[in-house]
Amino acid sequence: MGAKINFTEEKINELKAEMVKNMQEPGPLMPTLHAAQRIFGCIPLPIQKIISNELDVSIARINGVVTFYGHFSIEPKGDTIISVCLGTACYIKGAQGLLDAFSHDLNISVGETSKDGKYTLEATRCIGACGLAPVFTVNEDVYANGSVQLVKKVMQKLKQEK
Amino acid sequence: MANLVNLMIDGKACSVPSNMTILKAAESIGISIPRLCFLEGIHEQSNCRVCIVKIEGVNGLKTSCSTKVTEGMVVRTDTKEVYEAVSFNLELLAGNHKFECWKCSRENSCEFLDLLRRFNVDNDFSNAKLFDQKEIKVNNTSDSMILDSSKCVLCGRCVSACEQLSGLGILNFSNRGSHTYIGPAQFHNLEDAGCIYCGKCIQACPTGAIREKDEIKFLERALRDTSKTIVVQVAPSVRAALGEEFGYKIGTNVEGQMFAALKELGINEIIDTNFTADLTILEEGTEFIDRLQNGGVFPMFTSCSPGWVNYLELYYPEFIPNLSSCKSPQQMAGALIKTYYAEKLGKKPEDIYSVSIMPCVAKKSEAKRPEMGRDGYRDVDLVLTTREIARLIRHRGIPFKDLEPIRPFGLLAEYTGAGNIFGATGGVMEAALRSVTEILEGHSTPVDFTEVRGLDNIKEATYNVAGTEVNVAVVHGGAAIKEFMKRLKTTDKQYHFVEIMGCTGGCINGGGQPIVSAINQEKYDVRALRAKVLYNIDAKAEFRKSHESEAVKTVYKDFLTKPNSHKSHELLHTHYKKRSFYDVKLDD
Repeated sequence: MGAKINFTEEKINELKAEMVKNMQEPGPLMPTLHAAQRIFGCIPLPIQKIISNELDVSIARINGVVTFYGHFSIEPKGDTIISVCLGTACYIKGAQGLLDAFSHDLNISVGETSKDGKYTLEATRCIGACGLAPVFTVNEDVYANGSVQLVKKVMQKLKQEK
Repeated sequence: MANLVNLMIDGKACSVPSNMTILKAAESIGISIPRLCFLEGIHEQSNCRVCIVKIEGVNGLKTSCSTKVTEGMVVRTDTKEVYEAVSFNLELLAGNHKFECWKCSRENSCEFLDLLRRFNVDNDFSNAKLFDQKEIKVNNTSDSMILDSSKCVLCGRCVSACEQLSGLGILNFSNRGSHTYIGPAQFHNLEDAGCIYCGKCIQACPTGAIREKDEIKFLERALRDTSKTIVVQVAPSVRAALGEEFGYKIGTNVEGQMFAALKELGINEIIDTNFTADLTILEEGTEFIDRLQNGGVFPMFTSCSPGWVNYLELYYPEFIPNLSSCKSPQQMAGALIKTYYAEKLGKKPEDIYSVSIMPCVAKKSEAKRPEMGRDGYRDVDLVLTTREIARLIRHRGIPFKDLEPIRPFGLLAEYTGAGNIFGATGGVMEAALRSVTEILEGHSTPVDFTEVRGLDNIKEATYNVAGTEVNVAVVHGGAAIKEFMKRLKTTDKQYHFVEIMGCTGGCINGGGQPIVSAINQEKYDVRALRAKVLYNIDAKAEFRKSHESEAVKTVYKDFLTKPNSHKSHELLHTHYKKRSFYDVKLDD
């Protein structure tokens, strides 16, 4: 569910061109997955199948790599990505409460994307801002000293912007 | 040649080649180090940490399966520290294992359970509140196999076996940490994941995480259904391995006891798939001769192995015209059971319950193909593996070892040596050559075609048959198939007849055969020992050529008229179709 992506002929050809280039070097899988993530915003099974055919790597192995690294995703992510830090300091200062507040407001669980495709909620590891704990980010913006009130305010603002 | 190095293991001195691991060195002097994920030659990635040992002067404990010996090394395999560490590793694994041992297919062959016993594991974590329990995923929609993450210990043996033996890599690790699972990508349904059901993963699994679809209950119910007559067929390779389930040595022929045990179960009509193997030779041989004389498509591929048929339909559909149109012996037998045999018994086909005992899990899916039946009934209603029938015999308390051997007593139980060697790689080719050469040359030809025997992945030979040079090849195992198909696409050589089997070694090493533990897979050449059983039966057989079989002659005279007749085509031949996998649509 979540966001829709366009798997146009043009984009698929772009990926294929990347693969031709990558196959000149040893280890073409990782750069290809980076390209696929950039082009489509996610790497679902049909895209994995295209990569498998071109690179002669099994789909199960490709999926193993895709699901191992947090950078890659199977499902498309929303336009706005909300990440709540669950590093030790943030967690102790109540990050779980922030996560629950977002989850409740957006009606999605961690790792999911809202039905309208606008928001993705993620839990992340330490982002190196422990002094400002608990911390969350909305796309590139960092919000310090988070609280349930702040979550509500940010959500209100986001919804008005849209 | 590696140099010899001297080391001490548990106070015993030994001298072994320098490229040896501690595990192997210990074994060479009779010290058995416990292990779980180690499967020699297939999976040597030291990820279970059950084989850890103490090396003097080295910090921590080292995995003996991957640490090479060095000069002067002093190793302790059984200190308190090692014992506690291994016990704890096993505790952690047990905490994420669902124990259903009473109904597990691996009731008597679970390497994991053996280790838990050896280390008296308490299993304290199974219900512990703070212990991270993994999500249970079950992939059970395929007709052949089940993947069950609740029994998986993530050793990775199946992943390596699939990659190396089938060459397909259907299984792999996905996700991370406590969310890790093994399966097709996204745990996609196995029947749509490109799997050919060779079952090499089942043979590699130390637990019951990958297993055949358990269907014993269907036979138990049919045995209690008074309206049904049960007819059972048994494949050639079952008799060469079933004994292992009852404590016989690998490579013991238990044909007589096998039939006796079936009788004890209450089965009154038993036929031998060897009989239809002979029939297959007549049909396939005639098809080959026809192609040779009338300019048909070459090379012609055999079609007995459902694993291979799956492989071709999924990966090389452009070669479908090369595949013999003959059904496999199982399906030929099924078609005859529901027609010819039903008539002889004076029964309607729907009142017959046709069961086959097979060394194979792919056979379960083959029997369910829509074209394998007519008028609303199936030719084969139920397929049980060698392991399943062994379990049933055991559960019923039948004293297998004490049974007096008997001969099968159905109408279609006669067979020649040629039909019997179908179970070993090269067997179908040899059986076909015995008949084809004799039919084409019009005089008696040799019986033995030893060039096509043995365990080389790809065997090739050329025979002059009635003035024509016939190039044959024998290929077994998915990885070898891949290599051969590549060769076929690039070579100028004209192959005429190619036998291909989905499993390495052929049916005797099928995915439904008794499990051989990792340690016994190292000790014994399982494929050669089981194949020898079939070749010994062949050597002693009165008739060794399929076309000499009286039973085959009778069926043609009474029912089918002649090979490749209209009736034969209707009952004994089939067709194939291109298949795709991971059929997930892009939603645009």
